[in-house]
Amino acid sequence: MLKGRAFKFGDNISTDDIAPGRWFHLRSNLPELAKHLLEDVHPGFTSGVRPGDFIVAGKNFGLGSSREHAAVIIKMAGVAAILARSAARIFFRNAINVGLPVLICDTDKINDGDELEVDLEGRKVKDITNGAELSIGKFPEVMLKILDEGGLVPYIKKYKDFEIP
Amino acid sequence: MGKTLSEKILSQKSGSDARAGDIVVAQVDLAFVQDGTGPLALRQLAESGIEGVADPKQVAFFLDHASPSPNRELSQDHALLRHFALKNGVQLWDIGEGVCHQLVVESYASPGEVIVGADSHTVTAGALAAFATGMGSTDVAIAIALGRTWLRVPESFRVVLRGKFKKGVYAKDLILHLIGKLGADGATYKALEFCGRGVTGMGMSERFTIANMAVEAGAKVGLFPADETTRAYLESRGRGERFRLLRPDPDANYEETIEVDLEGLEPTVSMPHAVDNIVLAKELKGEKVEQVFIGTCTNGRLEDLAVAARILKGKRRHPSVRLLVAPASRGVLMEAMAAGYVKDLLEAGAAILPPGCGPCVGIHQGVLGDGERCLSTANRNFRGRMGNPEGFIYLGSPATAAATAIAGEIIDPREMM
Ligand code: SF4
Repeated sequence: MLKGRAFKFGDNISTDDIAPGRWFHLRSNLPELAKHLLEDVHPGFTSGVRPGDFIVAGKNFGLGSSREHAAVIIKMAGVAAILARSAARIFFRNAINVGLPVLICDTDKINDGDELEVDLEGRKVKDITNGAELSIGKFPEVMLKILDEGGLVPYIKKYKDFEIP
Repeated sequence: MGKTLSEKILSQKSGSDARAGDIVVAQVDLAFVQDGTGPLALRQLAESGIEGVADPKQVAFFLDHASPSPNRELSQDHALLRHFALKNGVQLWDIGEGVCHQLVVESYASPGEVIVGADSHTVTAGALAAFATGMGSTDVAIAIALGRTWLRVPESFRVVLRGKFKKGVYAKDLILHLIGKLGADGATYKALEFCGRGVTGMGMSERFTIANMAVEAGAKVGLFPADETTRAYLESRGRGERFRLLRPDPDANYEETIEVDLEGLEPTVSMPHAVDNIVLAKELKGEKVEQVFIGTCTNGRLEDLAVAARILKGKRRHPSVRLLVAPASRGVLMEAMAAGYVKDLLEAGAAILPPGCGPCVGIHQGVLGDGERCLSTANRNFRGRMGNPEGFIYLGSPATAAATAIAGEIIDPREMM
């Protein structure tokens, strides 16, 4: 069970919003890049967020460039999971690959600052502040396994190949 | 039941009867990274404990985003990639060679292949009937290591193109129009498969422009059938023997069918800060710009420079507009020089940048000032994309860009033709 606060964002948060291109030269210095996480859309996000908190967004979270650094620095900031109405394809896969859950659910019911309880196994989200209960959409078995191992690299270390029935 | 192009290619590459919704493990014909995503891929590869690469001939590195490097950090990243490439026998395309996607279609992609690149515009090679899709660094690192990747077989949208473009209207106008119609997430996880008479009449360069932007509607891949135009292109690139006819079965199953009459299209522009924020160029008349950029994997090809040069020949850029041109590859630049386009552009006041991504992603070259507006032939206009969150990016065709450079404001290019 994960517990934390919601940081609410709108629709179409791009990877340029998450990891701005002007900090491109910091991609091999992730702790420095992480200081600029979401700075154009939510100034002060990195100082406000605490380990275990959630990013809660509208539709198409993470659209745009394939830069996996975007998912990596969200994880480095301590964000436990991203909850969104939908997520862009490459970002979704990247997040799972670095061990950051992206949970598809009806986030309209969650407000900024709400206390949330996320039950990954039971695929349920509870908004403690307003009592709303949401179910989390399914994703492919292979992604669940990758997430279970903490990402694609530990998965490959263990299985040596893709284990697909 | 018959198969879509996606189902056909993924069936063959996975050795199974692949249908939309299935998860398959497919052989990868080319896995590539660029300088922005490569260093992380190499670190993940080292982490994974797998030594070396599955087959160095099926791997390529491109130094195109920060090319040449503007600072010490990126020079170190470039050195890392060069060193790994040399040690593992991987081909590295160094600075000045061009944008990865242009080099992939010039030198690698063929019908029926699976291509994964650590760059979202990998979809460009779908124009050659290759199942080409963008992934992150770790996915591509594992594809480099194993020569395989897992994929969910996408449902397909059939996009039927009819008729011919009117004068002054181009492939860019079509794809902007289509993204406006679908929305920035309208095709998420789906394949866009193009067909119809409109496709038959289209050159490869136009198909590249369209496939390139499939991802701006969220699509996983933007596929064209392999036909005589594809054959002629591959022959011209010395890969004629890798051609094969490839088209979807007539009874394939599509999630949706979208029809577009090319005749009905007009010069189209995407407004800040979303690609699906579409208007007709003429509706923006009077909107001043400080910069025009012609280039990128979307519209930096010879045909694009030809269109721009024809409009700019014998004219001058507006005195308050900076005109930047970055050819998509060294080959494009050389052909544009031989054809006289480079001279026309220079005489019109353009600054020619080295082949590569140029100002597209805000790392160097042509970063916008606060409040400045740019008409660009690129594929993205997100806030901050060109290096400054206080800048404004409009997207249009090379013709719209060239005409705008002369007028100093956004204009329907047909007014200058
Ligand atoms: S030209 Fe622009 S969109 Fe194309 S690969 Fe380079 S940065 Fe990406």
